[in-house]
Amino acid sequence: MKYYALFFFLCTGFGKIAMAQDSSLLNMLEDSMMVNKQGGHVTGTFKATHIINTHSVETPAKGVLLFMIMHRFGKINEGAYEFFGLDNATMRMGFDYGLTDELTVGIGRSTFQKTYDGYLKGKLLRQSEGPGGRIPLSVTALAGIAYTSLRYTDKPYLNARYRTNYTLQLLVARKLNRNLSIQLSPAYLHYNLVPTVADKNDVFVLGIGGRMKITKRSSINVEYNYLPDNQVNSFKVYNSFSAGFDIETGGHVFQVHVTNSQGMVEPLFLGRTTGSWGKGDIYFGFNISRAFNLAKKR
Amino acid sequence: MDSGRSEAGLETGCRLQDKLQVAGCRVSIPDEGRESTNQSANQPIMKKSVLLIACCGLIISAASAQVYITRTGVINFFSKTPMEDIKAENNQVYAAIDLSKKTIAFSMLMKSFLFRKELMQEHFNENYVESDRHPKSTFKGTFTGDVDPQKPGVYNVQAQGVLTLHGVEKSVNTPATIEITGDGLTGTARFNLLPQDFDIEIPGIVRDKIAKQIDVQVKIDCKPVK
Repeated sequence: MKYYALFFFLCTGFGKIAMAQDSSLLNMLEDSMMVNKQGGHVTGTFKATHIINTHSVETPAKGVLLFMIMHRFGKINEGAYEFFGLDNATMRMGFDYGLTDELTVGIGRSTFQKTYDGYLKGKLLRQSEGPGGRIPLSVTALAGIAYTSLRYTDKPYLNARYRTNYTLQLLVARKLNRNLSIQLSPAYLHYNLVPTVADKNDVFVLGIGGRMKITKRSSINVEYNYLPDNQVNSFKVYNSFSAGFDIETGGHVFQVHVTNSQGMVEPLFLGRTTGSWGKGDIYFGFNISRAFNLAKKR
Repeated sequence: MDSGRSEAGLETGCRLQDKLQVAGCRVSIPDEGRESTNQSANQPIMKKSVLLIACCGLIISAASAQVYITRTGVINFFSKTPMEDIKAENNQVYAAIDLSKKTIAFSMLMKSFLFRKELMQEHFNENYVESDRHPKSTFKGTFTGDVDPQKPGVYNVQAQGVLTLHGVEKSVNTPATIEITGDGLTGTARFNLLPQDFDIEIPGIVRDKIAKQIDVQVKIDCKPVK
């Protein structure tokens, strides 16, 4: 009987494996797939490299050159004579290049204060796929420099050092579900020159932003950058708030929005936003980006 | 059939294609796994040698099973239009063929399709096949045509079954080849799929860039299951 028991055990044990193979080859494959499954990264947390003004956690892939035009018209409250701001415009033209899938170098030129900017942007962490993912967040770091080249005839002493400002920003995002993504963006800014001694050279800003997809290819985006008090005192500054709409068509992303910030580089919109939503200092604008594949083969 | 090589004529009458039924017959355990006690099993004279022989039979017949499997099958698809050529490759396709039962199965992750352009890959997953909701595509089917696993050569067969993609099931019927090689087999097939058959909607703005029919090419190099 002992042998019989052993034998029976063997047969039924093996028999079960055999049946699994019998009933469906597919089940066997699926089991094998489960065993060998490797966790992937979440993709498409945001459609573009910017939420609106603030950088998003996204960077272009390796070998991709991203050409971006950011455009802001004048203030809506300028009235009918200025065609509600549409007669005036500032723009920033920029190029981002993906050195690797994680690291991007970018340059840009804004008409606003004739500002040049450059930055490095690197993905530090990427959110894992699936509900039980190991990494819950995507984290990207941004290090930028901005140089204002506008000449002031009354301030001939403004040399290169005085004209340069720095940005360090951490972009921390989570794609909560296929439609909703949220990003926290704490930033540290350093202004080499500030208007008066009452103003701080080092300024901290906490940004929050997000996107909500409304169709597969469009989303509503919002961002708010909170500038704590007692950092900029010699003139009235406001927190930058922007809201807009993204439309994606193949290699292009169109972003249309309204914002109270005229500048499109961190030192200009995070710490120097003088427009007030309450007074109607609202700029209508858009960003257009186009991806070009320079690398032949991935 | 592997009967000749395993337990000789003892098992005639049993269904032989499955390795474990060989053992099952020996103690007369019903092969569908019904765990009823039965007479021959209850006989007290169960000899050690019988057990040994049965175990040997198990091992030998397992070695000559006719299931072939791969985890690195390749599936390519092409979309060709005057505007743009789109090409993607998945080289982590799981596939299995059972020559004795003439069944085939495929399973693959949509995210494993690699495109030349990263952005295309993202759009493929996010907007077209929605791989967050439908991570896998599978095929379950059979083939008709004779394939002799002992005789190397190329066999033309007809494969048919159900393809599941984007959560939609559709039957597919395509000519295919099975080539018996020294240490395994290679299966190939080529057929067309229509995105709309799988509820994959293509917006007007890119309609000229995506072909109406997607050309799918399959190549699997399988090894026998040991």
